[in-house]
Amino acid sequence: MDKFETITGVAAPMPMINIDTDMIIPKNFLKTIKRSGLGVNLFDEMRYDDDRNEIPDFVLNKDAYRNTEILVTGDNFGCGSSREHAPWAIKDFGIRCVIAPSFADIFFNNCFKNGILPIALPQEQVDLLMKDAEKGSNARMTVDLGAQTITTSDGEVIRFDVDPFKKHCLMEGLDDIGLTMAKADDIASFEAKSSAERPWV
Amino acid sequence: MSPTKSAKTLYDKIWDAHVAHEADDGTCLLYIDRHLVHEVTSPQAFEGLRMTNRTVRKPQQTIAVPDHNVPTTLDRANGGMNEESRIQVEALDKNAKDFGIHYYPVSDVRQGIVHIVGPEQGWTLPGMTVVCGDSHTATHGAFGALAHGIGTSEVEHVLATQTLIQKKSKNMKVEITGKLRPGVTAKDITLSVIGVTGTAGGTGYVIEYCGEAIRDLSMEGRMTVCNMAIEGGARAGLIAPDEKTFEYCMGRPHAPKGAQWEAAVAWWKTLFSDEDAHWDKVITLKGEDIAPVVTWGTSPEDVLPITANVPSPSDFKGGKVDAAQRSLDYMGLTPGTPLSEVEIDTVFIGSCTNGRIEDLRAAAAILKGKKIKDGMRAMIVPGSGLVRAQAEEEGLADIFKEAGFEWRLAGCSMCLAMNPDQLSPGERCAATSNRNFEGRQGRGGRTHLMSPAMAAAAAITGRLTDVRDLM
Ligand code: SF4
Repeated sequence: MDKFETITGVAAPMPMINIDTDMIIPKNFLKTIKRSGLGVNLFDEMRYDDDRNEIPDFVLNKDAYRNTEILVTGDNFGCGSSREHAPWAIKDFGIRCVIAPSFADIFFNNCFKNGILPIALPQEQVDLLMKDAEKGSNARMTVDLGAQTITTSDGEVIRFDVDPFKKHCLMEGLDDIGLTMAKADDIASFEAKSSAERPWV
Repeated sequence: MSPTKSAKTLYDKIWDAHVAHEADDGTCLLYIDRHLVHEVTSPQAFEGLRMTNRTVRKPQQTIAVPDHNVPTTLDRANGGMNEESRIQVEALDKNAKDFGIHYYPVSDVRQGIVHIVGPEQGWTLPGMTVVCGDSHTATHGAFGALAHGIGTSEVEHVLATQTLIQKKSKNMKVEITGKLRPGVTAKDITLSVIGVTGTAGGTGYVIEYCGEAIRDLSMEGRMTVCNMAIEGGARAGLIAPDEKTFEYCMGRPHAPKGAQWEAAVAWWKTLFSDEDAHWDKVITLKGEDIAPVVTWGTSPEDVLPITANVPSPSDFKGGKVDAAQRSLDYMGLTPGTPLSEVEIDTVFIGSCTNGRIEDLRAAAAILKGKKIKDGMRAMIVPGSGLVRAQAEEEGLADIFKEAGFEWRLAGCSMCLAMNPDQLSPGERCAATSNRNFEGRQGRGGRTHLMSPAMAAAAAITGRLTDVRDLM
């Protein structure tokens, strides 16, 4: 997995609430058996018209936001299905950090497994970052995971919380499965105990 | 009584029985008893195993079935699947074979929607942990199993280690007291709860549904309730197992038998929330207050009784004002219109929310001897091949066909419209599925969620309809 330490880049404002996984990546793109290549279809139905032309009003189609690396958005981002195609598409587009007042649970977890940092902040702070993001490509935001800070283009600093274990994995680019397999003895002894207690499983 | 330390909720009990390792910061390795796999969210996980030379730790606890994008038309045996879908289904065929996991291929009568097949075959049992790369895994919570959806990286993690890295959620109790009124079903309960909590109200929680109205539900109804826990944002929904649960499980192909059955039931009987257990959040609804409901917008929280009018954005506050306006524009609805005057083009009865035998019986009870409105497109997609067979045996299929419904083969079908069953732009659908998101049933398609009985009523009148008027 790609490491996440510090990024400085363009932040795009998407103030809608309840952006669901069908909006992030519609199901017609779930037929792939690969993880890559989904970035062109990120937010597909909002981004393209029926003839596959770009809709000029959509934020990521504006010149200022073509290189977006940070997304600032509304409540309950990523609700809906468990499809990991959502974070894959976000990552493939080049976005490494999503900031919102709240996230749906499965999406939130899926981000960390893919080198994306989701940050939940109180509404007022999201509003402030949203304003900053609206300034376009000259306003670059910095997200420093080590220091757990976001710095706006005006130099204002906002602190954020992150689970220490998830932070560690993200900063080191660690593979969860490898970490868990190192605990194979614990798993084996659990299996021995539980198959005695609950043999029907 | 104040909560005592030893008092536990049902969730606490199942959780504690499955922790294989706990780190100092509370991060746990949760042992997984059943892993269900389908064709859409698993190919990348199996590819990951191959790339790292890993194997499936417990193939005998892993069950695969294709459901999301298989066609449900009667001619599916002779192709009819597009190239990309075919590749995914073939990948699942191959992965199931290569890794030696249980498999129900498209040609097997037991094939169906993964969340219907699991309970039907006795894979899902009380007190288990159940995961699947699909958010509606919450369905299995109806058995008092801790069940939730996971992403593809986690699918790979469970395949390789039979565990999941988890932190414990908080406990939320949703109590439905008293009795339901006639015409009100499990679907109305679960939608009404989301209407109260909102789609993020359950975030960070595992919900236990309890109360007389929940106890009175059949296992099918309980699955409908738990199925939509995720739409309220919860990690999982649970209902404590009881005699109805045991009766449903008994004799299923993969349920324990003989002495093991007795031992299992003895343990299952300990699976309830202690009276003085601690709840982080409690919501109580009166069963009598729940009406037959429909959704009007593009979020499952946009729920109103069928007797209400289309709301106006000014009825809301904060970010919901814009969201309501966007929903109304998308849905093509004018504030103040009675919901019962909204005309529909299509009816879809099926999905893991309402594709079980009881759902089909409820629809058939309304449709018996009636015809659907002229020009209406209506389909019934049973949740599994066995549900389909049973409905044919009970004569339900004839009622549907005579009424003018298409009688399909099992799969997810128009619930997410990955197969050819899709709405066209502007087409308005009465659906028994669980999501009314923009584009969920096809680009530009408009979805109203409701119970099977309400959907059947809408098929007859051609508009959203209070089923009580037809009873
Ligand atoms: S029926 Fe719908 S919600 Fe259920 S598993 Fe299939 S796609 Fe998901």
